[in-house]
Amino acid sequence: MDTRPAPLDAASPEPGDTPALAVTNLTKRYGDLTAVDDLSFAAPRGTTVGLLGGNGAGKTTTLSMLLGLLLPSAGDVRMLGCDMVRDRYRVLGRINFSSPYVELPLRLSVRQNLRVYGLLYGVRGIEARITEVAQALEIEPLLDRKTGKLSSGQKTRVALAKAMLNEPEVLLLDEPTASLDPDTADRVRGYLEDYQARTGATIVLASHNMAEVERLCGDVVMMRAGRMVDRGTPRALIEKYGRTTMEEVFLDIARAQRELEA
Amino acid sequence: MSALADSSVRRIGAQVLRYWYLLRGSWPRFVELAYWPTVQMIMWGFITIFFTTHSSWIAQAFGVLLAGVLLWDTLFRAQLGLSVSFLEEMWSRNLGQVFVTPLRPWEFLASLMTMSIIRTLIGVLPAMLLAIPLYGYSVFDMGLPLIAFFVNLMVTGWAVGLFVISLILRWGLGAESLAWFVIFGLAPISCVYYPIATLPDWLQYVALAIPSAPVFEGMRGVMLDGVFRTDLFFLAAALNVFYLALGSAVFLWTFHQARRRGLLLQMGE
Repeated sequence: MDTRPAPLDAASPEPGDTPALAVTNLTKRYGDLTAVDDLSFAAPRGTTVGLLGGNGAGKTTTLSMLLGLLLPSAGDVRMLGCDMVRDRYRVLGRINFSSPYVELPLRLSVRQNLRVYGLLYGVRGIEARITEVAQALEIEPLLDRKTGKLSSGQKTRVALAKAMLNEPEVLLLDEPTASLDPDTADRVRGYLEDYQARTGATIVLASHNMAEVERLCGDVVMMRAGRMVDRGTPRALIEKYGRTTMEEVFLDIARAQRELEA
Repeated sequence: MSALADSSVRRIGAQVLRYWYLLRGSWPRFVELAYWPTVQMIMWGFITIFFTTHSSWIAQAFGVLLAGVLLWDTLFRAQLGLSVSFLEEMWSRNLGQVFVTPLRPWEFLASLMTMSIIRTLIGVLPAMLLAIPLYGYSVFDMGLPLIAFFVNLMVTGWAVGLFVISLILRWGLGAESLAWFVIFGLAPISCVYYPIATLPDWLQYVALAIPSAPVFEGMRGVMLDGVFRTDLFFLAAALNVFYLALGSAVFLWTFHQARRRGLLLQMGE
C-alpha cells in the first residue's frame, strides 16, 4: 500500500537531474562566531552523504539549515529543487528528520505521537503505516507505552519510526544509532539500507560512529570549525590519510582542530 | 473544501489531537482547569451574599459581580489555554520536531486557539453551571449577548497570549511565569467589577483602548439596564481585530527571529 502523503501542496519543481540536495556557499554567523563557513556539497538522489566532524564542527548547525529550522547568514540550500529558506513548505512533507537531541512529547504514548506526526505529514492509511514501521523497527511492544518512560535506545528507535512515517525522499539523520546496543544498531543500519534500496531515498547522516559512516555513506563531508576540510568516499579518505579506518581519519582531523584551537 | 484547505484542517487537527491526548491523559490538568474558576465563583458568590445584606446598591448587583467573575475567568483561561499549549511544546523540547513538518506557523496558532477554546470551556462551564444550584443565578440568562461577550473575551485572551508566547519564544522558559500573571495586569483597567466611569479621566481612555473594558461595561448594560450596547460591542470587536493582528504579527516576527538565531532546536528546560 502506498502510504506516502498525497501531493496536496503545490507541484514539486523537479527538473530531471536535480540533485536531492544542493548546498551552495552555506554560511552561518552568530556575531563574531562563524559556525558554518562557506559549505558547498550536493547529494544526488539515492545516495547517502555523511557529515563528519568533532564537537562544534558545525554538523548540527548544517542539518538545522538543511531543514529550514535555522536561517543561513549566506548561501543557499535547495532540497528536491526547492529553496529551503523561502519555499520549504513545498517539500517538508517529502522529507523527514530524526535526532536524539530533539524529543517527542514525553507524556504521549508512542502510538499517539506517531499518529499525531502521521497526520501532520498527511500520511495515508496511518494506522497501517504505524504498524508497518513499528514492526520494521521492532518497537511494537512499545506502542502503548508513554514515550517518556522509554530508555534512550528505545527513544532513538521511536524517533526513527517518526522519521519514516511519510516514506521520506530525503532523510536527515543526526546520530541515528545513538544509544543503541551493537545488535540493534546493526539492524537499524540494515533497515536504512533496505529502505534506500527500495525507495531510492537520499540520506544525509551526521554521526560520530565511524563504522556506521563507512558502511552507509558513499560520500563523506569532513568538517572542522565550520568548514569543509575534506570530502570523498570513505575508501578514498582512508587511502588519502594513509590510515586503515575512518576512525583514524576522524582522529587526524579532530586533533588538527584541537591544535588549531590551541 | 480545496485540497490545500483540507490539508490545513488536517494539520491543525493533528496538533489539537496532540494537546488533547496530553489533557486527557492527566487528571490533574483537568482538575486544575476547573478548580480556580469554581473556587473564584464560590468565593465571590459568598462575598456578594455578604454585601447584599449590607448595601442596597450591591443588592441589585448580585448577578453583575458573579457574571464578572465568570467572564473574567473566561479571559484568563483563554490566554492561559493558548500559552500553556505552547509551553507544552517547550517543556517537551518538541518545537524542533513540529516545525520540520508541513505545519505552517499560522496553522500552529490556529491549533493553540482551538485548544484554548476547549480548555476554557472545560474550565468555566462547570463553574457557570454550579452557580445555578448554589446561588440561583444563571449567567446564561443573559442570552445571546453572553455569546458576544464570550467570543470577545476569548479573542482578547488570544491576543494577550500571542504576546506572551512571543516573549517565551524569544527569551525561553525564563519568561514562563508571564503566562501565569501577565493577564492580571489588565484587571484594574478591564473594569470587571465597577463601571469605567469609576476610573480617573485619563485612565478611562486607557481602559477604552483595551477590548475587555467595553465588554464588561456592555455586560453591566445588559444586566442592569437590559440594553445591549452595540457601540461597546463593535468597539471591543474592532480592538480585538487590531490586537489579534498585532499579536499574530509579533509572533510571526519572533518566529522568524527564532529561525535566525537557532532557537527552535534549543528550546527546553
